[in-house]
Amino acid sequence: MYKLRRFLKDYKLQLIVGPLCKLFEAVLELFVPLVMAGIIDNGILKNDKDYIIKMGLVPILLAAVGLSVALVCQYMASYTSQGAGTKIREALFKHIGTLSHKELDEIGTPALITRMTSDINAVQANIAMTMRLLLRAPFLIIGALVMSCFINLWLSLIFFAASALIGAVLYLVMTKSLPFYKAVQGKLDKIALLSRENLSGNRVIRAFSKQRAQEEALDKEAESLAKISTRVGRLSALLNPATYAIAYSAVILILYFGAGKVNSGEMLSGDIVALVSYMTQILLAMIVLANLVVLLSRGSASASRINAVFETKPSVTESEKPEPAAVKDAPEVEFKDVRFSYGEGDSELENISFKIEKNSFTGIIGPTGSGKTTLLSLILRYYDATSGEVKLNGINVRELSFGNLRGKIGVVPQKSVLFSGTVRSNMLWQKSDAVDEEIFEALRIAQVDFIDDLDKYVAQGGANFSGGQRQRLCIARAIVGSPELIILDDSFSALDFATEKALRNAILKSKNITFIVVTQRCSSIMSADKILVLEDGKLKGEGTHKELLKSCDAYREICLSQLKEAEL
Amino acid sequence: MSIVKKILHYTRAHSIYILLSLICSAISVGFTLYIPVLIGNAIDYMVKKGAVDFVGISGILVQIGIFIIVAVVFQWLAGNFTNIICARTVRDMRQDVFKKFNRVPLSDIDSMAHGDLISRITNDVEAVGDGLSQVITQLFSGIVTIVGTLVFMVSINLWIALVVVILTPLSVLVAGIIGKLCAKSFREQQELQGEISSYVEEIVGNQKVVKAFAYEKRSQEEFNEKNKRLFKVGLKAQFAGALANPSTRFVNNIVYAVTGIVGAISVVSTFMGTLTIGGLSCFLTYANQYTKPFNEVTGVLTQIQTALAAGDRVFRVLESENEPDDSDKSSPESIKGDIEFKHIAFGYNPEKPIIKDFSLSVKNGQQIAIVGPTGCGKTTLINLIMRFYEVDSGEILIDGINTRDIKRDNLRGFFGMVLQDSWLFSGTIMENLRYGNPSASDEEIIEAAKLSYAHSFIRKMPDGYNTKLSEGASNLSAGQKQLLCIARAMVLNPPMLILDEATSSIDTLTEIRVQKAFKKLMKGRTSFVVAHRLSTVKESDVILVMKDGDIIEQGTHNELLKLKGFYEELYNSQFSDMG
Repeated sequence: MYKLRRFLKDYKLQLIVGPLCKLFEAVLELFVPLVMAGIIDNGILKNDKDYIIKMGLVPILLAAVGLSVALVCQYMASYTSQGAGTKIREALFKHIGTLSHKELDEIGTPALITRMTSDINAVQANIAMTMRLLLRAPFLIIGALVMSCFINLWLSLIFFAASALIGAVLYLVMTKSLPFYKAVQGKLDKIALLSRENLSGNRVIRAFSKQRAQEEALDKEAESLAKISTRVGRLSALLNPATYAIAYSAVILILYFGAGKVNSGEMLSGDIVALVSYMTQILLAMIVLANLVVLLSRGSASASRINAVFETKPSVTESEKPEPAAVKDAPEVEFKDVRFSYGEGDSELENISFKIEKNSFTGIIGPTGSGKTTLLSLILRYYDATSGEVKLNGINVRELSFGNLRGKIGVVPQKSVLFSGTVRSNMLWQKSDAVDEEIFEALRIAQVDFIDDLDKYVAQGGANFSGGQRQRLCIARAIVGSPELIILDDSFSALDFATEKALRNAILKSKNITFIVVTQRCSSIMSADKILVLEDGKLKGEGTHKELLKSCDAYREICLSQLKEAEL
Repeated sequence: MSIVKKILHYTRAHSIYILLSLICSAISVGFTLYIPVLIGNAIDYMVKKGAVDFVGISGILVQIGIFIIVAVVFQWLAGNFTNIICARTVRDMRQDVFKKFNRVPLSDIDSMAHGDLISRITNDVEAVGDGLSQVITQLFSGIVTIVGTLVFMVSINLWIALVVVILTPLSVLVAGIIGKLCAKSFREQQELQGEISSYVEEIVGNQKVVKAFAYEKRSQEEFNEKNKRLFKVGLKAQFAGALANPSTRFVNNIVYAVTGIVGAISVVSTFMGTLTIGGLSCFLTYANQYTKPFNEVTGVLTQIQTALAAGDRVFRVLESENEPDDSDKSSPESIKGDIEFKHIAFGYNPEKPIIKDFSLSVKNGQQIAIVGPTGCGKTTLINLIMRFYEVDSGEILIDGINTRDIKRDNLRGFFGMVLQDSWLFSGTIMENLRYGNPSASDEEIIEAAKLSYAHSFIRKMPDGYNTKLSEGASNLSAGQKQLLCIARAMVLNPPMLILDEATSSIDTLTEIRVQKAFKKLMKGRTSFVVAHRLSTVKESDVILVMKDGDIIEQGTHNELLKLKGFYEELYNSQFSDMG
């Protein structure tokens, strides 16, 4: 919780004024028993009706003033908690955006969703309740303690002992329950994960009739979550009874010793009434505090989960140095003895060196798992090369800002994903101010012949389009804004050959475009200026179709598997 | 039915605990309430200096002690029972929502934002549980407290008790008005939380695309816009909810003051019955206790309102219509694999039919290829065979039985399916491969992996077959995922096979080998293959050529080439462009 305090710094005024208002309300409340004691001692015992009525109005006045200051506090607490929650959400979303793939894969999307909703909610509730109650309760307790001192110093010792004891119980329960609340949130992550998986794989699950298995997995998690909740509940269920027991034991002591003092004339019976009612006040305040403790434990468990995300540092970071100027006549893309491995494992790529000239058409081909997509990831800096250099326009990609690097490149990923919204909103991803003509031009190049209305609705992931339609829309999305480099990562897989051919030709016709196609199909890249052949993370061949057929066995084998001898 | 009723209905399964909780809190509250009477009595024994009845007081103190012990023990029990009720209700609700995900028609899942559904099963159910626990705790002890204090107050002084009874509904009224006022804000708040979690799911889940387009800044703006709306609504809801407590407390403070005045006067003048000072003291304590439940319920009004709004969202999922029940349908043990399509018509939107009038008869063991331009309805046909979607008219027969008369799970069990979008769950590779056939031995699985050419890359993974896949298997390439899905289908060893662009992400060399393996596997079994690479389907028994939802040509490869129609055009387009 403490670590999230930076999000509260704009609310200093509210943080001070709010609880102060509550304090003031509490001060007013403290007077009520005093006034009542006065009524008994001065009014009833002296038989003074006027005094009773006059003093009886005081509590009503106190209540009215109390209401108005309480409202101020409630507003400030609502404002601060919601405001801080909003800031945390914003910062968390931003931070998630800076994380690289490695970290995101580790944390997982569902866990981030629960942090963004359930955890931040818990923190918000925490802030609001703390502002409303945390000061009020101890203050009522301290006030009651002070008042008891005034009535009788000796008997007030009972008050101190009781308060200390209750405080100790609260502390104990809080520290004991904290790990449970962390476990609860962790289980929520698990439930979110299972749900997300179940939703995204619904078709396969039904096809395999595995609903039962999925449900059993969820049942298990839900059951264990229920168990943890019950266990932590057993702990927090102790709070109220313990508080009651201690407070009423104190009352017994007060009555016991008080009786002697009344007998000796040291105290009046009205004093005893007041002491008992102060004790009740302490009891009530402590119970509020006890409930707050439950909330606080939950909140701080959530806060530490949020912090864990904030403390995750991205493995790929933007350079802070000013960008060097583009090198004239440098190739569009250059790899210089690049090696790459995920973590400790074997190299995914090794000894990769090549150049891709400006405005050329390059094909990258190779079997499944040969490192084609990894190679693209290095150009886009999803990952950093383990050694060697990757250059764009002669500048090491590490020295470019993400915006400048990725803004120049139009990418069509393997998995065609569209975002919920409209066709237009999807088409504006590369260039936010593209006009309709540009979009239609891109759609035309991408062979999208099924869109007349740019405001056509797009469901999440593009679910309302077929695989092939999605793929073409994704290609169009990359073309809008005429990037200098277009990369298609196996983006023809759902397209038939006729469509693919038309699409490829249309892109090649555009001027000033460097075009990289990663593919399994040799027909897609036979006409390329240069073909790179990858196998097992190594560059096996580099050249035109004709050259490679002669020089590269790996390439010839791939082509033979797809084309008739005559077509080679 | 109101949301409250629906939520309470859910707790029914645990009614024994509800009863126990009610009894325990009744006992606990009853004993707690009697303590002030005892305290009052004790004080009455302390008349003045030298006139204190110590014997009487000690007796009462012992009594107080016993009462406290009983009250506290039962309070603890009641608290535990409440916890059990809530934890189990939440558990049941979660399990039911999850089951619902698998029972509704697939079109519902396709059309809803997954992040929002996730938010319902986590966040919203949690909120219902929180609200429920507050309500049970407050309500039970509240009702008993109100009834009990009333009894005690009446027994002390009828008239003053009346004053209290007449005045307190004021606070209920105030709380009620405030509750109504803020219900809308709370609903909006939960909706927005759902919206935010869908947005996070979409953007974070597709971080690669977001990064590729340097979209971070703009997605931040979009997020901030939603976040701001949530702030506005949240502030409104929170403040409205927070209004209730001070307002009712104000009303109650007034009740307390009036009681004090009236009580004090009656002690002095005895015009409303007799009242001692001790009696007044304990009367005031009761007046305080009596109003407490009103205070406390309004204190948790925020949680209650949140729970109601969240409950509404949860029940909207729970109440959505299931796929029609098919427990009375037949479940044939085995089939030959003759499939017949009879005049089927279908459209995702009934007004826009995709398939208009399609008939085809397939003999067992035949391989049916479906080819055609993208978006022509190839996958739709698969959706209909598997009954992910139901035909609008016409019928699909398997071995002469209408598929509608077969249990869905049973029907789907006959097919092994490999889709273009490879889905694997987070678990080890072994667990994933064993998915469709839990009884498969490790050897069988490794054999299938070898046949599908997945074995070599699996072996290279850090823990081989026991390597854990992350969610969505983001640590694998698309081709590797597809190979795993193929291996998974091979382990299943189904009587019929559906390959929907099953090899689109695999290199052709591997593909040819996998095809060979499939061919061995499919000998004598019916299969449907959707493909773009016509070379892979040349040898099919029937090739269906689809265009705009219609089957425009059908026949073998050679027959279709002779037709010199659309198929020939498609086929040649693969080869004509070499430069």
